[in-house]
Amino acid sequence: MLTLEAINSGYGAAQVLRDLSLSVAPGEILCLLGRNGAGKTTTMQTIMGLLPLMSGRITLDGQEISCLPPHEVPRAGVGYIPQGRRLFTGLSVAQNLEIGLQVRKSGPEVLEEVLELFPRLRERMDQPAQTLSGGEQQMLATARALCLRPKALLLDEPTEGLQPSMIEAIRQVIVKMRDTGVAILLVEQRVDAVLSVADRVAFIENGRNGETLDAEALRADHSIVDRYVGV
Amino acid sequence: MELGPYILLASLEGSVTAAVLALTAVGLSLVFGVMRVVNIAHGEFFMLGAVIAWYVAHAMGGHPAIGFVAALVLAPLLVGAIAVAADMTILKRIDYDPERTIVATIGLLYIIQQLTLMTYGPEARPVEAPFNQRIALPWFEWGEKGFEFYFPWGLSTTTYKLAVIGAAAVVLCGVWAMMTRTRIGLLMRATQADRDMALAFGIPVERVYALVFGIGAGLAALAAVLIVPIQQAHYLMGADPLLLSFIVVIIGGLGSLPGTVLAAVFIGLSDGIISVFFSPTLAKILATLLVGLVLVFRPQGLFGTRTA
Repeated sequence: MLTLEAINSGYGAAQVLRDLSLSVAPGEILCLLGRNGAGKTTTMQTIMGLLPLMSGRITLDGQEISCLPPHEVPRAGVGYIPQGRRLFTGLSVAQNLEIGLQVRKSGPEVLEEVLELFPRLRERMDQPAQTLSGGEQQMLATARALCLRPKALLLDEPTEGLQPSMIEAIRQVIVKMRDTGVAILLVEQRVDAVLSVADRVAFIENGRNGETLDAEALRADHSIVDRYVGV
Repeated sequence: MELGPYILLASLEGSVTAAVLALTAVGLSLVFGVMRVVNIAHGEFFMLGAVIAWYVAHAMGGHPAIGFVAALVLAPLLVGAIAVAADMTILKRIDYDPERTIVATIGLLYIIQQLTLMTYGPEARPVEAPFNQRIALPWFEWGEKGFEFYFPWGLSTTTYKLAVIGAAAVVLCGVWAMMTRTRIGLLMRATQADRDMALAFGIPVERVYALVFGIGAGLAALAAVLIVPIQQAHYLMGADPLLLSFIVVIIGGLGSLPGTVLAAVFIGLSDGIISVFFSPTLAKILATLLVGLVLVFRPQGLFGTRTA
């Protein structure tokens, strides 16, 4: 269970998140929806400890992770798939995965499981990460985070700029990870993509909590989505 | 003596300069590449290496080789430790902010330099080379009896100078192997590629930074220990290596180790040759001009990659 309790955070003096609270249960996909600049990416960076917390608490399975130094947060079991993929350029596919494996000292069987999910990466192991196609790069970014056997997975716009077949592949992996009991926090712009995978949807507006609803309810009544993210 | 032997002699002298320069510049390049820190105090770490080498060699006594070998081990370690301390107490506190690190390392430069002046004094002191046989080099000419070898007067080098070149090559291969073959090298390169993502994947970036800063300074100190039997230790000796290292690192491409080494060989050799035939000042002028041209026409350096 990943829990955010009334967190305040931002960039320097510019506060973005105000008393934001969320909780993601194991085996659940919680999707964070909101307009550009609402604080979705900021939320993820704050969970990872990359932005300083002004107040509030973040816990993972009861362990407070917001008091850890940033590099200890992933070691507690949080996998991060950032917006724009942000692979380690200059490193090969295999080396990028190795970085993921060393976080929690995962064995070779974890690498094998991950490559089972993304067979295309197996053919590209020695290739520099930046020479992969966009879809393959997203696969690698996802695989890298899965290499640390996360308890919670943060995905920031994983399908941005991908072709439909690739989006479907990523979606299937997300669902598979949920079914193995990972708590998944997903940020996504495309509402239809969200509704097809999410269990619950949390709306965020100007860094504050909006409503949190079951995805089922939103599939039935689309008007509330338009109110938060509509143009 | 004809022109040929002069060029050979100048190239040999230039190779020694190039070897030492390559070590110093790779240290600077490593620090810039991984940490994005422009370390103005790098030349002072070089100087400290030479001064500590003198202290160590002086304290050991006995055969010069004993003192020299001790210095070769101790000086880089001590200087590395000082650099690690400087990183943790100064650079970390100012959050590696680019402008403030420049000012901070300028401050560090003066502190190290003046402390050395106050303790070690203004004299230039030599460290005896562990071995130093003169080797006369042959040259050939087409004489009356056809092709023949002879030994021109003054065309010689020493075993020590050749050893310096060899040692530098070995150390550079070691640095290369560390960066490409070891786990710590992998963590360094990941940190270089994306600091925040390195943190998000459990890499203790602060410790990597301290280590890189220490290794960078240690390489400069090692270069200084190698050169001190040829050049003597002096509290102002850090200025030239700093300038040349920056020249080399900019030409080679910031953060590119092969580029840095190639540029060091090029600048070292041309510095040696131009200094022999014209003047050392002209060599510096041309090198600085080359930096200007590189910055105008190829800002990422000859071997650097443009960062998006």
